[in-house]
Amino acid sequence: MSTVTATDRTEVSQQRSALSRASHFLTLPAVGPLFALLLACVYFSVRTDRFLTGANLSLVVQQVMVVGALAVGQTIVILTAGIDLSNGAVMALGSIFMTKLAVHSGMPGIGAILIGIAVCTAFGALNGTLVTMAKLPPFIVTLGTWNIAFALTHVYSNEQTITGLPTSLTFLGRTFPLGNTDVTYGSVLMLLLFAVAWYVLRQTAAGRHVYAVGDNREAARLTGIPDRRLLLTVYTVAGVIYGIAALLLIGRTSVGDPQAGQTDNLDSITAVVLGGVSLFGGRGSIIGALCGALIVGVIRNGLQLTGVPSIYQVLITGILVILAVSVDQLARRRRT
Amino acid sequence: MKCDVWASRRRRAGAMVAIAALSLVAAGCGKGAQGSASGGEITVGLITKTDTNPFFVKMKEGAQKEAQAKGVKLMTAAGKFDGDNASQVTAVENMIAAGVKGILITPSDTKAIVPSLQKARAKGIEVIALDTPPDPQSSADALFATNNLNAGILIGKYAKASFGTKPAKIAMLDLAPGITVGVLRHNGFLQGFGLKQGDPGIVCQQDTQGDQAKGQTAMENCLQKAPDINLVYTINEPAALGAYTALKAAGKEKNVMIVSIDGGCTGVKAVQSGQIAATSQQYPLKMASQGVDAVVDFAKGGKKVGGYTDTGVNLITSKAQPGVDSKDVQFGLANCWG
Repeated sequence: MSTVTATDRTEVSQQRSALSRASHFLTLPAVGPLFALLLACVYFSVRTDRFLTGANLSLVVQQVMVVGALAVGQTIVILTAGIDLSNGAVMALGSIFMTKLAVHSGMPGIGAILIGIAVCTAFGALNGTLVTMAKLPPFIVTLGTWNIAFALTHVYSNEQTITGLPTSLTFLGRTFPLGNTDVTYGSVLMLLLFAVAWYVLRQTAAGRHVYAVGDNREAARLTGIPDRRLLLTVYTVAGVIYGIAALLLIGRTSVGDPQAGQTDNLDSITAVVLGGVSLFGGRGSIIGALCGALIVGVIRNGLQLTGVPSIYQVLITGILVILAVSVDQLARRRRT
Repeated sequence: MKCDVWASRRRRAGAMVAIAALSLVAAGCGKGAQGSASGGEITVGLITKTDTNPFFVKMKEGAQKEAQAKGVKLMTAAGKFDGDNASQVTAVENMIAAGVKGILITPSDTKAIVPSLQKARAKGIEVIALDTPPDPQSSADALFATNNLNAGILIGKYAKASFGTKPAKIAMLDLAPGITVGVLRHNGFLQGFGLKQGDPGIVCQQDTQGDQAKGQTAMENCLQKAPDINLVYTINEPAALGAYTALKAAGKEKNVMIVSIDGGCTGVKAVQSGQIAATSQQYPLKMASQGVDAVVDFAKGGKKVGGYTDTGVNLITSKAQPGVDSKDVQFGLANCWG
């Protein structure tokens, strides 16, 4: 008898926790963007039978992998109430370093990749130093480094596209079969970046500190969080991620292109904002940013498949961004 | 407090639903006349450098008209800026996924686009480059373009015919280093005029990126260097109009001849008003309509076209010179773009 009761109790409590888990899930910040993403997918699946195929969905992920990776770095910066305008240009510089060293200087792929990532990391550290030590606003700092990285890219590349890359640089563009679908290694790496960022932000003290500093830097400092060191780390880690994005970019296009990434800073901010991350810092989920990036990719791909000129994608993205920020503002006002 | 947070989150979820719904409405509005690509219908893709340059607007118009006439579907895409390779790569992939029979493309980055073109061709899609060849040119099935060397030769000959034995002091307002189109036009002009690169008659040479403001700056600098310039070669009409502005500011517009290339409507009007003496007109509309024709032929069981098709070029001027074939301004205006 007593054992039965015990089992009943456990079942009840399990049911309860399942219920509360379900309701908790509905209130997660990434649910809105996820829902929007699913809705867009359903819509395009109905409109054209070419949308919902493994090959096409794999293609969409592949098409957002560069901006998606940049959005990981952008998200952690924005969570601290900062912004990074330099990421696309820094990535382009990194990719030119990687390709030029490998092709023109004959350096082994791994060495070229490490130097490219180091260049991006140095830019991240420079952003972080200027924001924390010189106390300059992130917008201004990264506006400056954006132009610096852009100019260095063009000077170093001599405006020439670098072709004939070794496979040691382009391996992320290769595919492996998953069921009947070819998936690129780059897509997996991007998803992995999101998974790691999600774990760190959710489950580690450092991750929670990012939220705390972004929500209220002074309060965070008073509770003993080393705010300056944290910010410096965030910008530097973002730099590392831009270096990885540079490698993804090379894998995707198989060339070193000095013109690359010119609008990727704004595109990554778009993804982050569509994902429900607050530009005021301290609120939002990295998974939301992934959904944001995918929403842009799905709309672009879906509209193309249904024969709508690409300019409408830009129009719709613009409307979505304003709506997403409005929602964030409403949420903030209710909270305070 | 906690309740408030929950309420705001729920409200936020509601708003996100509204966003999603709106995106669908917007998408629905956009679709208009065009239906889905599936089924037996032939679809042709057109990818231009940008959506805004009048040259590409005319190209798109040509493709649309021809697609309508042939009863096929046209799918279009463009980069966000000149040189935006990533958007063109994405567009090629999406068009492959959409099942197009052929892709007409003006590559923004002639080398970087090559792997994507190869991917499309591997799927049996006919790839035709319009206006600008990819590098190497063999990575597209065919090229429909202006012969830029000829375009340069025409204005070179015209300038030579009007100068006769009078010594020319030439300023050359070029495109940018290493861009094939610019090099061909430049060399064509010299060939037509009967000069070699490095001739002392070429007193100034500057890059303008084909931009009006940069053309003006370049001309101002050239006049500082050599005030006695009497002939200006320009890569395109915006650069020509920039040069004219600089010459006018210096009070020299009457004694200096400007020759150019493009044949845009603004440029032809400038020929009409005498700001530009002559311009070589090219035909983006023809490139696109012939491209659509070629793809339709291929889709209906014909062969893929190959090689290079010259879409023609005409010299437009209101002061014809003996020995140099030209068309008048009326013809130019009837065939101009933009």
